[in-house]
Amino acid sequence: MSTSTQTAAVAAPGEAPAKHRRRYKKPPLSQGARAERKLGLLLCAPAVIVMIGVAAYPICYAVYLSLQKYNLAFPNAAKFVGLDNYGAVLSSPYWWQALKVTVIITVFSVLFELVLGMALAEVMFRTIFGRGFMRTIALIPYGIVTVAAAYGWLYAWTPNEGYLSALFGNSAPLTSTVPSLAIIILAEVWKTTPFMALLLLSGLAQVPGDLEKAAKVDGATFWQRFTRITLPLMKPAILVALLFRSADAFRIFDNIYVLTGGGHNTYSVSILGYDNLFSALNLGIGSAISILIFICVAIMAGVFIWGFGVKAPGADLAK
Amino acid sequence: MAVTTKQKAGWGAANTVTLVIIAIPLLWIASLSFKTPAAITDPSFWPAQWTWGNYSGILTNSTFVRPLVNSIGIGLIATLVAVVFASMAAYAVARLAMPGKRLLVAGALLISIFPQISLVTPLYNIERSMGLFNTWPGLIIPYIAFGLPMAVYILAAFFQQIPWQLEKAAKVDGATPWQAFTKVIAPLAAPGMVTSAILVFMFCWNEFLFAISLTSTTSARTAPAALAFFSGGSQFTTPTGPIAAAAVVITIPIIIFVSVFQRRIVSGLTSGAVKG
Repeated sequence: MSTSTQTAAVAAPGEAPAKHRRRYKKPPLSQGARAERKLGLLLCAPAVIVMIGVAAYPICYAVYLSLQKYNLAFPNAAKFVGLDNYGAVLSSPYWWQALKVTVIITVFSVLFELVLGMALAEVMFRTIFGRGFMRTIALIPYGIVTVAAAYGWLYAWTPNEGYLSALFGNSAPLTSTVPSLAIIILAEVWKTTPFMALLLLSGLAQVPGDLEKAAKVDGATFWQRFTRITLPLMKPAILVALLFRSADAFRIFDNIYVLTGGGHNTYSVSILGYDNLFSALNLGIGSAISILIFICVAIMAGVFIWGFGVKAPGADLAK
Repeated sequence: MAVTTKQKAGWGAANTVTLVIIAIPLLWIASLSFKTPAAITDPSFWPAQWTWGNYSGILTNSTFVRPLVNSIGIGLIATLVAVVFASMAAYAVARLAMPGKRLLVAGALLISIFPQISLVTPLYNIERSMGLFNTWPGLIIPYIAFGLPMAVYILAAFFQQIPWQLEKAAKVDGATPWQAFTKVIAPLAAPGMVTSAILVFMFCWNEFLFAISLTSTTSARTAPAALAFFSGGSQFTTPTGPIAAAAVVITIPIIIFVSVFQRRIVSGLTSGAVKG
């Protein structure tokens, strides 16, 4: 982080200006530059302090807690147990069931969202009537409170109450695992497809219209133009959208909490962590689960950024 | 390029399908909120008898009104603070030569994909020992932290498009960097601030996990959390009608927001989140 300034600062006095390949226009550490740097750090300080206080410090504290045997019901019996909590979590079938459920929900909802989001982005970008109106309508599921929408789905699928249950012969799909997961995914897809569409929209807007027209003149069909021109040019936007949505879907909590409460083996890793804290009052195990979830998300982000070469969003802001 | 009838029909169909898929779940919950308690067990889509009873019930009941006030207050304060902090940081990132920019942007990215559950356990313990548990600041502070990354991205992207000769001109005229920021740049950046404020507020309004974990009574519980703790008149009645009415009440501000600020929300999300 500070290497560039240091080299510049050390090199500056004796050397020819040509060697300054860094971005400074002024000689480094002139009074103005120093004032600018100080102002910059001052301006960033509040944001940095809040982010460290709420994220960095607690995650370190969670690491510490995860090495303790610590149950809130017996706070005085807390003691250091090393990696025992991790062993307990990783050898528990509950953790693996939660991970399986979370991965299934993440993969299926992100896949459906990608396909539907692409279709919705096309509608929002190209439709010939009511474009503004369609964009407004599409934003409602994005903005709606997840819990509010989830209650809508819950009652719609409750036997003797809901229209969807009635439509399927008064069925009670939220009482068994696979149909419950399908409904959780449905609720998730309905709510977040617009967000996916918005992320894709920015990619779509960057595809040059001339290219499409030229291909059309050359006789390419809609599908050919879409697969040969639009998709390849949108690849960066698609990868960023996938990264954001996968990380977001992996922490799914609200929809499951309302729809099944985690019953019938539909609990995600977030639900498991929550239950271990608030039902079992087990801070040690709960923290170990928290850290494992954090590691999973970090690996996922790493795979996207290094594996697929996603330019981290905002990377060009720091130029 | 002339629009053919076939194209018209195609887009008309695409619009209609989109509209129906989005509208039906919304209309269903609105319809539920107008059903009488007796008619809840009638699975037909529209109520046979319409009633305002569910609304008058929840709006005279402190188990919903107090959380609604909490939601508004916590959301507004967190939004205000997040946007002010983010504007300062984004200006520094976009405009000033200083070390550590990359670290800041990477940190913000990390927080925006951070699993909140990982923070619930430690924050629960920290807030209890600091006396922040079940208070407004106990929710406002995490909301600021999670609202910041989005606001920093949007504002930094916005600041980069501002004609900076103006700032230079102000400096030539003898303004300090601080004066150049407050007198020249901040007014130009106002639209970006509005956009990020809307998105941060919508995040706070929606948030559920912290809201149920870091509160224990209605003194700080927000509206989405209150929904999950509603109970029926007796243990044998599920509070379907009141929950549906409360869901509608907390959806109305969102519908107003997206109707008024559609352009800003779209441009904010597309410019801030992705620079492909």
